[in-house]
Amino acid sequence: MVCAALLLLTTPAPAADTPVDIAYLALGLPRSLPQSYLDQPPLDEGLQGARLGLADDATTGTFVQQTYHLEEAVEPDAESVLAAFQRLRRAGYRNFVIDLPAALLLKVADLAEAKDATLLDATSTDDGLRAEGCRRNVLHLLPSRAMLADALMQYLTVKKWQRILLVSGPDPEDRAYAEALRRSAHKFQIRIVEDKPWTYDPGARRTDTGHYTIEAEVARFTQGISYDVLVVADEAGNFGDDLSYRTSDPRPVAGTQGLVPGAWARAFEQWGGTQLQNRFLKQAGRWMTERDYGAWMAMRAFGEAALRSASADPAVMSAFLRSPSFELAAFKGARLSFREWDGQLRQPVLLADARSLVSVSPQPGFLHEFSELDTLGIDRPETSCHMN
Amino acid sequence: MPHELIRLGAALLLATAARPAAAERILVSNEKDNTITVLDAATLAVTKTVPVGARPRGIVLSKDGKSLFICTSDADHIEVLDLDSLAVTRTLPSGPDPELFTLSPDGTTLYVSNENDNMVSVLNVETGRIASEIAVGVEPEGMGISPDGKILVNTSETTSMAHFIDTETHKVIANVLVDSRPRVAKWTSDAKQIWVSAEVGGTISVIDAESHKISHKIRFEIPGVPTESIQAVGIALTPDGSRAFVALGPANRVAVIDTASFAVEKYLLVGQRVWNLAFSGDGKRLYTTNGVSNDMSVIDVEALKVVKSVPVGRSPWGVVAAS
Repeated sequence: MVCAALLLLTTPAPAADTPVDIAYLALGLPRSLPQSYLDQPPLDEGLQGARLGLADDATTGTFVQQTYHLEEAVEPDAESVLAAFQRLRRAGYRNFVIDLPAALLLKVADLAEAKDATLLDATSTDDGLRAEGCRRNVLHLLPSRAMLADALMQYLTVKKWQRILLVSGPDPEDRAYAEALRRSAHKFQIRIVEDKPWTYDPGARRTDTGHYTIEAEVARFTQGISYDVLVVADEAGNFGDDLSYRTSDPRPVAGTQGLVPGAWARAFEQWGGTQLQNRFLKQAGRWMTERDYGAWMAMRAFGEAALRSASADPAVMSAFLRSPSFELAAFKGARLSFREWDGQLRQPVLLADARSLVSVSPQPGFLHEFSELDTLGIDRPETSCHMN
Repeated sequence: MPHELIRLGAALLLATAARPAAAERILVSNEKDNTITVLDAATLAVTKTVPVGARPRGIVLSKDGKSLFICTSDADHIEVLDLDSLAVTRTLPSGPDPELFTLSPDGTTLYVSNENDNMVSVLNVETGRIASEIAVGVEPEGMGISPDGKILVNTSETTSMAHFIDTETHKVIANVLVDSRPRVAKWTSDAKQIWVSAEVGGTISVIDAESHKISHKIRFEIPGVPTESIQAVGIALTPDGSRAFVALGPANRVAVIDTASFAVEKYLLVGQRVWNLAFSGDGKRLYTTNGVSNDMSVIDVEALKVVKSVPVGRSPWGVVAAS
């Protein structure tokens, strides 16, 4: 180990101006507005995180004669995403930061041109991409839904809030989130006392006195159920914010709203997190979101690979990302690295509400043979990923 | 009565274990309380809590020992606490978010790391003016000045390097890649090595001062403590150079290292999230700031035992002994 480190350090730095070329490929989705008028989704979400990561990598690069370039490609539809990827590959790009929906990401990953590329999935939480849909050329930065659910269930276990009312929305993403919650509840012996779909459509948000009907509906919806916490699956924010304080019994809300498990939170300040929040705010003029954070981590992961392997060769960098020497410092107080069985970045998961950090999972006492971070999500023995 | 006896016993034990010089005081910066706690080193009693600017972190004594420089990070400047009156008498400029600094051996210059703008500020203490700014890596943090004052070592947390800076030309002369999130840089008194801690990497890199190469890497392993919790931060080297103490953050331990063999001799259990370390004036005691348990542990350096813990403010960060 020491020998390897010494060897690495005595290896001469790459010759002047070795460029590390990275491409950012995104589908510029018209984002749907959440139910809450606050926090409108920014148009440059993800991209700003990548730009900050580029700035960090470039500053470091000046000390080792490495330069960094980020080529930005935000495309309007699936077809042009595929075309852009092929164009970028022809131009020589092999390092990609990807911000695409799961199905489209798979299409890109399965292109013949993607064989020698490294795709860092910066924004998806899809469990399928880490299971049967896993690919040898893809690594995932953000925690999967399975990890998010486990982070929450560990906390509920510690609090002894072991009976939950699960309320899930109609979107495919909501169903996937709810499924992750069910799997996790079973794993941590949390009882789902009722599993109810949310079907009520409140209609236009900004009608006068509309709050009367919502309050009455939520009270009716939750009446006569004995539970500790209402856990909601509503990824697009269509109704989840309307549940708190309106339930029949006084119960906290957690999941996609209320107490939210996630990789990043506005209220997060620990382990130097303030510094990243400040730098981002200064650059983008807005708060960092989870997608920004994922893209920042992806850029930093490429940066670490180039720096520590003292190489701008994408093949060398790709091997380094997957090696035991790779460690990413991402303001979580822990060394983050990619799980070799499914390409998922192992990391702590924050539990925060809109204004404060509540806790960080893994919770103390959840032990693991190798890394306590692997108590979150799909562990090696349970994986259904067979890298193809 | 038994109470009195126990207290007397404790006092005697402390007195025999290591007796600090008369009138020595311990100063602790409390990041969350915006205060400096002043303790009497002989009794370990808190004698005063002094309100200062927002988020005090790094602290260092002036050369004459009459004042304390304080990085008040969220106030974006440095405050000077007069140790006679225990009042802030002066404010010095810095870059945004000053976190840590070091004083040149002649006492004229403060080198300040400004976490928010990737710069080291060179501050003339007398005139209170910033003489120069030196571009370094992302999130500059640790500062170590060579005993002759000629070389400054600055660590940058996100860049993960120790930058060697010539204090005459203000040029970066070497960059040494260390493990993730380097925090503290300390020169050995013989000026032959620089010890650099890495918080996320959980290691100490011992850098040869002449070749700028890492000559040794020290790793830590504590049975029953998850490796992610072992985060190396504060470093204290005994004046005779025989031993090093390293604060291991959320592992709640201080590692004792034999500097000849680089072997870890012992782990001392202290308070929660131990961050920074300082010796008493006579070198017989080591004080630690424990950021989560809000206290300071007192280590008997000869016996290698933790003899007491003393409550201070919230999130204690820096510590120095002033005689």
